[in-house]
Amino acid sequence: MKHSTFLLFSFPSLSVMFLFIAIPIVSVFIQSLHIEHKQVIIVTENCDPFGCEKTTTVDTEASAKLKEQKPLGRYNGFKTYTNRMHFAIFEIREAWKSSDSFTVFAKKLYNYPLYRALSFTLTYTFVVTPFVLFLGFLVALGVNNLPKMFKGPTIFASLLPMIVTPLVGSLILFWMVDGDGVIGATLQKIFNDNSLSLKASPVLTWIMLIVYGIWHLMPFSFIVFYAGLQTVPQETIEAATIDGASKFQRIRHVVIPHLMPLAIFITLILLMDNFRVFEPIIGFKAEAHATSISWLIWNHLRESAYPLYNAAGATSIITIFGVAILLLPVLIRTWRDFKEKNKG
Amino acid sequence: MFFKKLILGGLISLFFSSSLYAADCGPNGQSIRILASDFPAIHAIANSAESNCAGSASDFTRNHTTEARQIMNAAQTPNPAEYTSVIVANSTLVQLMNDGLVRPLDDLVEKYGGHLKSNQLITVDGKIMAIAFMANSQHMYYRTDILEKSGVDGVPATYDEIISAAEKIRAAGIMEHPLVMNLKVGWNVGEVFNTIYLAQGGDFFKSGSAEASINNAKGVAALETMKALVEYAHPDHLTQASDDTQGLWEAGQAAIGFMWGSRGGVILDNEGSSAEVTSNTLLASAPTVTGGSIPGATLWWDGITIATNVSDSDAEATFAALVSGMTSEMVAANNDDAIWLIDGFNPGPAAAGVSATAQGGAKSYPMYAQMGLLHNALGAELVDFLKGSESAEQALSDVEAVYETAAKDAGYL
Repeated sequence: MKHSTFLLFSFPSLSVMFLFIAIPIVSVFIQSLHIEHKQVIIVTENCDPFGCEKTTTVDTEASAKLKEQKPLGRYNGFKTYTNRMHFAIFEIREAWKSSDSFTVFAKKLYNYPLYRALSFTLTYTFVVTPFVLFLGFLVALGVNNLPKMFKGPTIFASLLPMIVTPLVGSLILFWMVDGDGVIGATLQKIFNDNSLSLKASPVLTWIMLIVYGIWHLMPFSFIVFYAGLQTVPQETIEAATIDGASKFQRIRHVVIPHLMPLAIFITLILLMDNFRVFEPIIGFKAEAHATSISWLIWNHLRESAYPLYNAAGATSIITIFGVAILLLPVLIRTWRDFKEKNKG
Repeated sequence: MFFKKLILGGLISLFFSSSLYAADCGPNGQSIRILASDFPAIHAIANSAESNCAGSASDFTRNHTTEARQIMNAAQTPNPAEYTSVIVANSTLVQLMNDGLVRPLDDLVEKYGGHLKSNQLITVDGKIMAIAFMANSQHMYYRTDILEKSGVDGVPATYDEIISAAEKIRAAGIMEHPLVMNLKVGWNVGEVFNTIYLAQGGDFFKSGSAEASINNAKGVAALETMKALVEYAHPDHLTQASDDTQGLWEAGQAAIGFMWGSRGGVILDNEGSSAEVTSNTLLASAPTVTGGSIPGATLWWDGITIATNVSDSDAEATFAALVSGMTSEMVAANNDDAIWLIDGFNPGPAAAGVSATAQGGAKSYPMYAQMGLLHNALGAELVDFLKGSESAEQALSDVEAVYETAAKDAGYL
């Protein structure tokens, strides 16, 4: 293809990507370098039905003038990235100096919101992704071997966890694990402990969120693998059968290599999705024990009275870098495979 | 023909005269748009405004949502604003005033507010910024039958007495977790700290500055009290807010509770609970600390405001419509829905808790411009202490550090 034709063909998609992906990211980045203007604060006497008290009030006229001159706010450089809300560079250095063992240091690290969120986000990503890949593959194999008349209903039922909106799904599970709910009450009976609560213990909360994540995402990998299984060349399978390959050997040496590109695709999507885990934390009201990077962004913006655009922007940029780092190994591998193929 | 006209004319004049008699709705043909939270008392105010004045307005719309706090600043910033009035509380008035989104009401009060009581007028720096119509606060709920059965004499009035009462209930084998409190991570857990800290007589900021000052002996004492209370609360307390605690109470799973006054009417009515619970539930003042006199609560009011960014005639019509609903007839018809600040209120059993708390000298929720930031920090950072993974001093210094970072970014420090 001529270069000019290629450019002409890709121009629409490139321009859309520029408009809806590149510009917003740049604008978020610029916002993350600025903080609000100094508020002009005056002391006033406020009276309500219960009495009068001296408090502080923002002088809106004076503050508005500042805003009009420089709508972006004050330039703050990368301080938002290094402050306590994010990488906490200064605090970490102090913590490193004052701790005599790594566990003490790790415990101190866990006190800072970004590291706390990262620890759950990464655990979630690296546990949920392989489980979803593996279980989804198993379900796809199972469904593929069903008699034809059962296939339709089984596929529909297996897709349900994905069809249910994440928030609704997590709320339903949240009620079930309540001390008065089906799962919660059963567990209390089994362990004979009336104060056992899945919501009160950090470890159990993490497990609950991870199990929910696997349940919710499995249909995605199942349906992609199932579609892939329809394209497995029957001749190769037959040839392998004639050569005396067992069922397991056929799967190991024919089916899995055939589905490998799909597995890489699913891994990429899952890594990205899981790194941005958010809804289950809200649905399970799990903020006390588990926070994620996306939850942090939401938390910075949640209070409409004091939206911290700079902090939300910085966390967003950190998320983008996080996703990029996660995907790097998979992308490098794909690139290498692609080059090797082209050599032959 | 003649008769038809006569009847029609009579009907028209009747219609006009009745609407004119009922209320002064200000200029005709204006647009009235209200944003408000979603509970019975606010519906009562908005209903009566609508029935009085919807006829003379070009349109009358209401948006009742519990998320009002989250959307109000964004909705009111453009010109013209999305709503001509926002119904606010202490903290949300500050939130709107920080962005200059409410207008002074002095001239409107003079024109339409003859029937308002002086304590309904919320003034900031001498200017009337809101008209309050109801009061609210946290206070104590208790079950007389359970306290009696477990041998507690009288009504516990201090935190220490409550803790020992809870221990007696547990020891008697009646309930393992007799306390309910709104301790959901975030706003609720921060608010519980606020109430106990105020009972300790603490100040949130160094006087005259936006620098937080909670990492002190009073703060530590407040946290220790919280920890002691939490020992007796439902194990899932960090996920529980008002709806959950009300549910536990109505299910008869709690004996002593710290809940909002606005839940009183709902808990005491004959829906959603058994007679055993409702007939034995009494409302009392929020507790004090031992040797202290300030009840551990924050007093709240709810009131109306008028937007800055709307035309003067829309503003006038909206104000006239809303205050037209603040009458003793409206209060009489909705007496148990709220602790009304309007004339004609007849306090029933559902109002006992808030009245006692206010009379005991509880403080208002602080109206500092930067209070919301400190409240957020409290809501996020106290949890580690309550879970037992951090000391009280460490938790409080975390709160101050988080607040300082946020306040610097928001321009308050």
